[in-house]
Amino acid sequence: MDKNKIKKGILLTIIPGFSTLAKRRGLAGKLVIAGAVLTSAIIIMTLLSSILAPYNPSTINVGTPLTPPTGKFPLGTDDVGRDMLSRIIAGGGVMLQVAIVSVVVCISIGVPLGLFSSHTGGAVDRFFSLIMDSIYAFPGIILAIAFSLVLGRGVINMALSIAVVYIPSYFRMVRSQVFSIKELPYVEAANSIGAKTRTILRHYILPNVLPSIIVVATVNFADAILTAAGLTFIGLGVPVNVPDWGWDLTNGRRLLPSGAWWVITFPGIMIILLALGFTLMGEGLSELLNPRLEQHGDKT
Amino acid sequence: MTLRTYVISRIVLTIPMIFILLTTVFLVMRVLPGDPVQMHFDKMATPEALLNMRIQLGLNKPLWAQYVDYIVGLFRGDLGKSMQDYSSVGQQIFSAFPATLELAISATLIAVLVGIFLGVESAKSYNKPKDHAIRIFSIVTYAIPVFFLGMIFQMVFGVWLHWLPTGGRITPGVVPTGLTIGSLHIQTGLYTIDSLLGGNLAQFFESIKYLFLPALTLGLVLCGIFIRLTRTNMFDTLRLDFVTAAKARGLKDTTVTYRYALRNAFLPVLTMMGLQFALLLGGAVLTETTFSWPGLGRYLVDRISFRDYTAIQGAVVVFGLFVAIVGLVVDLLYAYLDPRIRL
Repeated sequence: MDKNKIKKGILLTIIPGFSTLAKRRGLAGKLVIAGAVLTSAIIIMTLLSSILAPYNPSTINVGTPLTPPTGKFPLGTDDVGRDMLSRIIAGGGVMLQVAIVSVVVCISIGVPLGLFSSHTGGAVDRFFSLIMDSIYAFPGIILAIAFSLVLGRGVINMALSIAVVYIPSYFRMVRSQVFSIKELPYVEAANSIGAKTRTILRHYILPNVLPSIIVVATVNFADAILTAAGLTFIGLGVPVNVPDWGWDLTNGRRLLPSGAWWVITFPGIMIILLALGFTLMGEGLSELLNPRLEQHGDKT
Repeated sequence: MTLRTYVISRIVLTIPMIFILLTTVFLVMRVLPGDPVQMHFDKMATPEALLNMRIQLGLNKPLWAQYVDYIVGLFRGDLGKSMQDYSSVGQQIFSAFPATLELAISATLIAVLVGIFLGVESAKSYNKPKDHAIRIFSIVTYAIPVFFLGMIFQMVFGVWLHWLPTGGRITPGVVPTGLTIGSLHIQTGLYTIDSLLGGNLAQFFESIKYLFLPALTLGLVLCGIFIRLTRTNMFDTLRLDFVTAAKARGLKDTTVTYRYALRNAFLPVLTMMGLQFALLLGGAVLTETTFSWPGLGRYLVDRISFRDYTAIQGAVVVFGLFVAIVGLVVDLLYAYLDPRIRL
């Protein structure tokens, strides 16, 4: 039953959102749609990579090493003669996995902790807030570096290192929302008829926090992708034998003096597009949910 | 609350934060897989040599004693000895720090200038194509990996056009001397300032040439938030009565915008500079790696490949302290500028 409630909450947020988007003036609706289209396109491309890629992305010497973009290799080849186009088509998997796992971990720790802490209040809340604020204030990538040194390499470990950095974002957001929601009359009413704390948190407060969670999650997705790319760049990436944009970009750095622009440009653009997709969605959604500027715009 | 009590309470609040940071870093570095001493000797050392090294690094003591050593050492400015070359980590960090500071300051300058300019332009043409274009630009800056932008700049301005160097801080071997007046010697470690102090203009332009690309890269990646902030605040401010009044009195448009309205919209930008500082340092780690900029971030990344845990720990701690102190200073500055904060 709880699951249904949550599902309903999510749908209630998303469906009216999308259906009214088209009618809305301004940029917000278009941003959400553009972002959603962009991310789904990349995810579909990654899933269908085995069909779409013209060559095996890991086979070396399918062409002469460092061939610039030509008819046969539209995006050129890398330093061991692998086809860049095939590597671009197949290279999003690692990043998407890392981002998805880290967002799931963040939500499943940050949200309950935020609900619990803010509802309990007092010393418990101060304790958790202090810890979360300390993490939040710290440079994310440096924290992720420290944790990935401890956890070692691999998709899950990288996702966990990144998750540590972004849990406070959810915690802080949930906490501030709970403080305003729990004073509302309907929560007070539930309290006065003797509803349990658990019930109030799950059925009365959580559905109201959901829209904001979705916004934070989209931003979190984009950040996780960029942090994953950053970790890969400084040599703490996932050691994989599958193509990865982050790895290609890092590899391209060595080849920079040779002027092989295509080896860095295309993986870089793909990372930007993926992060951009999520950022656009987050941008649009947060404006739709908090349309301060737009109201001003209507007045003038 | 008076300004004094605010300052004191704000400083008191920073202390537990710093302790949490120090303790976390200490614990994290102790649970790292692998024995750094063994790793250093590459499995070829006698047990005595191993024990000796352990005693020398203080690793034979119980955990709590190591913790006490570490905290006491920190208060004395001692960050331990590097596991790679046995030199003092504190000293290495001290000599790398000015490079990071120089990069951070110039990148912030670029981010704020570009951000405010574009933000103002965006607010002035609200909901017109120019506004949309600037907004999209600011969103794109969020999505660019800083090292990718850096590599593109290296490719274009270094490899293709040969206009600017792609790495380093100044011509190898040169160190700007700073200013010496009698027995007083002023050397900041910031090459741009030191070369000016030394009166060496050629060196000054040289250091600017090296600084420009890294600072531009980091500055552009960070300017998005300033664009957005300035846009929102200017949008509100430009519609206030005093702005209309100033316009009605026939003042020039730029005067009204930059001297009247922007002054009011600047406080949030200042706060954001404090909040952005952590992001700036994170970006600096990657930017320094991209441009072989010999700062603290590059030091940290270099030591990762050697698994030099003392050095990594030291660098992380210094980054943390840096963020905490800047956060404190910005908050205090804010309280000083805006009396409402103290209420």
